[in-house]
Amino acid sequence: MRAFTTLTALVAPLDRANIDTDAIIPKQFLKSIRRAGFGPYLFDEWRYLDHGEPDMDCTNRPLNQDFVLNKAQYKGAQILLTRENFGCGSSREHAPWALEDYGFRAIIAPSFADIFFNNCFKNGILPIVLPAEIVDRLFNEMADGYRLTIDLQAQTITTPSGQAIGFNVDENRRYRLLNGLDDIALSLQHADKIKAYEAERAKRAPWLFKDA
Amino acid sequence: MAGKTLYDKLWDDHVVHTEDDGSCLIYIDRQLLHEVTSPQAFEGLRLSGRHPWRIARNLAVADHNIPTTDRAKGIADPVSRLQVETLESNCKEFGITEFHMSDIRQGIVHVVGPEQGATLPGMTVVCGDSHTSTHGASAALAFGIGTSEVEHALATQCLVQKKAKNMLIKVNGKAGPGVTAKDIVLAVIGNIGTAGGTGYTIEFGGEAIRALSMEGRMTICNMAIEAGARAGLIACDDTTIDYYQGRPYAPKGDDWNMAVRYWQKLHSDSDAKFDKVIEFNAAEIKPQVSWGTSPEMVLPVDASVPDPAQEADPVKRQGIERALQYMGLQAGQKITDIKLDKVFIGSCTNSRIEDLRAAAAVIKGRKKAESVKQVLIVPGSGLIKQQAEAEGLDKIFTEANFEWREPGCSMCLAMNADRLEAGEHCASTSNRNFEGRQGYGGRTHLVSPAMAAAAAIAGHFVNVAEQGV
Repeated sequence: MRAFTTLTALVAPLDRANIDTDAIIPKQFLKSIRRAGFGPYLFDEWRYLDHGEPDMDCTNRPLNQDFVLNKAQYKGAQILLTRENFGCGSSREHAPWALEDYGFRAIIAPSFADIFFNNCFKNGILPIVLPAEIVDRLFNEMADGYRLTIDLQAQTITTPSGQAIGFNVDENRRYRLLNGLDDIALSLQHADKIKAYEAERAKRAPWLFKDA
Repeated sequence: MAGKTLYDKLWDDHVVHTEDDGSCLIYIDRQLLHEVTSPQAFEGLRLSGRHPWRIARNLAVADHNIPTTDRAKGIADPVSRLQVETLESNCKEFGITEFHMSDIRQGIVHVVGPEQGATLPGMTVVCGDSHTSTHGASAALAFGIGTSEVEHALATQCLVQKKAKNMLIKVNGKAGPGVTAKDIVLAVIGNIGTAGGTGYTIEFGGEAIRALSMEGRMTICNMAIEAGARAGLIACDDTTIDYYQGRPYAPKGDDWNMAVRYWQKLHSDSDAKFDKVIEFNAAEIKPQVSWGTSPEMVLPVDASVPDPAQEADPVKRQGIERALQYMGLQAGQKITDIKLDKVFIGSCTNSRIEDLRAAAAVIKGRKKAESVKQVLIVPGSGLIKQQAEAEGLDKIFTEANFEWREPGCSMCLAMNADRLEAGEHCASTSNRNFEGRQGYGGRTHLVSPAMAAAAAIAGHFVNVAEQGV
């Protein structure tokens, strides 16, 4: 996994609450057995005027010019600013895969759905929770070329005017993201504990340990 | 010391290791796998040269892409076919049991798990699907995970988790006639919102919940995720234990007796502390219909579509305006005036035998409205299909000009050939009414099986409670 340390990048505002994972990446693209290549289909139903299908070449598809990510001034944005309950709905990790493949490295919102939030950390994306009034202020402050600097070590966001906004990430998640660590390798360091747990639990619940 | 909640008990029983910041390595008793969220996890195992920690704790079944028409013809869509074949080859390579499309046990993963006794009370259950919360109906800690976590659970039989907060939703009193588990859970979501349960595990309790069958309890916990909670729970009682007796993967003999003694403790202690308690009165809940593009946009069937002008919060007002536009509805329009193009009875929410019986009871001897183009009845598993046919339910459906299909996820999310066309209104017993969920431009209304069946006959929504089901 790619580590996340600091990022200074353009912000794209997606002013809508309760954006669900079906909107982030519609189900027809979930048929892929690969992990990459979802970026061109991110927000497919909002981004294009036609109906997208897997493996479609998106370069000549008709764009919905009203959709924020299609506006020239947000080209190259790596930070998504959005509203509450972002990522609600299904557990599909294709949602953070699509966001990451598109180029987003951080998402700022007043709240996230739990599974999506968790999935972001597995893919080098930093989801940042800020109070609704601060998110509101950032939306109001947005101007052409609006960039933020995010420092995960210091847990601060710095606005163009130099104002610093603090945020919090669980220590364990922060450590893994800062170092781009492989979760499975870390957990397997506890292999002896897992085996000891199994041995002890097998006495309490033998019916769960009669593997055929 | 205060007593423990059911969630506390399940959590404490599965902690393998605790980190300084409180995150824990939690042991996973059962992983269910399906074709959509597992290929990249198996690929990850291969790339890193890892193996499943305990192969027999995994059970696989393809459901999302599976055709609900004649199985002998295979899967027409090559992309869907490849995904299903990939699950098969991965299961074969790693030695994991899979119920194939031709196996009578095949069906929707969340229907198959309890039906086989593969998910049991007291277990931790995970699956790369948000509706894994369904299995909480049997006092199991069950939650949906992403593909990275599917790989993690395969490789370590554990997951890194932080404990959620405890919420109790208590539904007091008795539900009226025609008011089902689906109506109760939709009314709850309408009240607390789709983020109301975010950060919590929700335990559902109270007289109206205790009165439900296991099927009804699964419908309730299935939609906990629609209230934002990764996991829903219902305490174990005689209904739970009776349900599991004799299931193929359930313990037998002395193990069964020992398991039952443990399961009987799977309830919140009377002095347990919840972080939040919300109470509902079942008698006040009417049959529900969703009108918008989020499960919280739901109202009693006798209500009218809301007027955005009445909403003070600008973000919510915008949400209502967008939803009305997408749904092609007018502010103030009566819900019973919404005309349906299609009806879908199925999904991990409502495709169990009780759901099919409820739908059949409403329509027996009647026919679908001419104006309704298609009514799909998609049982949750091959065994449910068999049971329904033994009871003659299939005849009731086909005589009403409904289509009796093979089991799978079908039009709940339209990954197979079953879908809505743009602009079509569908009365659906599924769980999500997001934009495009049942097909590009499709308009979903979430309802109970009885409400869906009645709407198929009338061509528009009707109040089944008034019709005296």
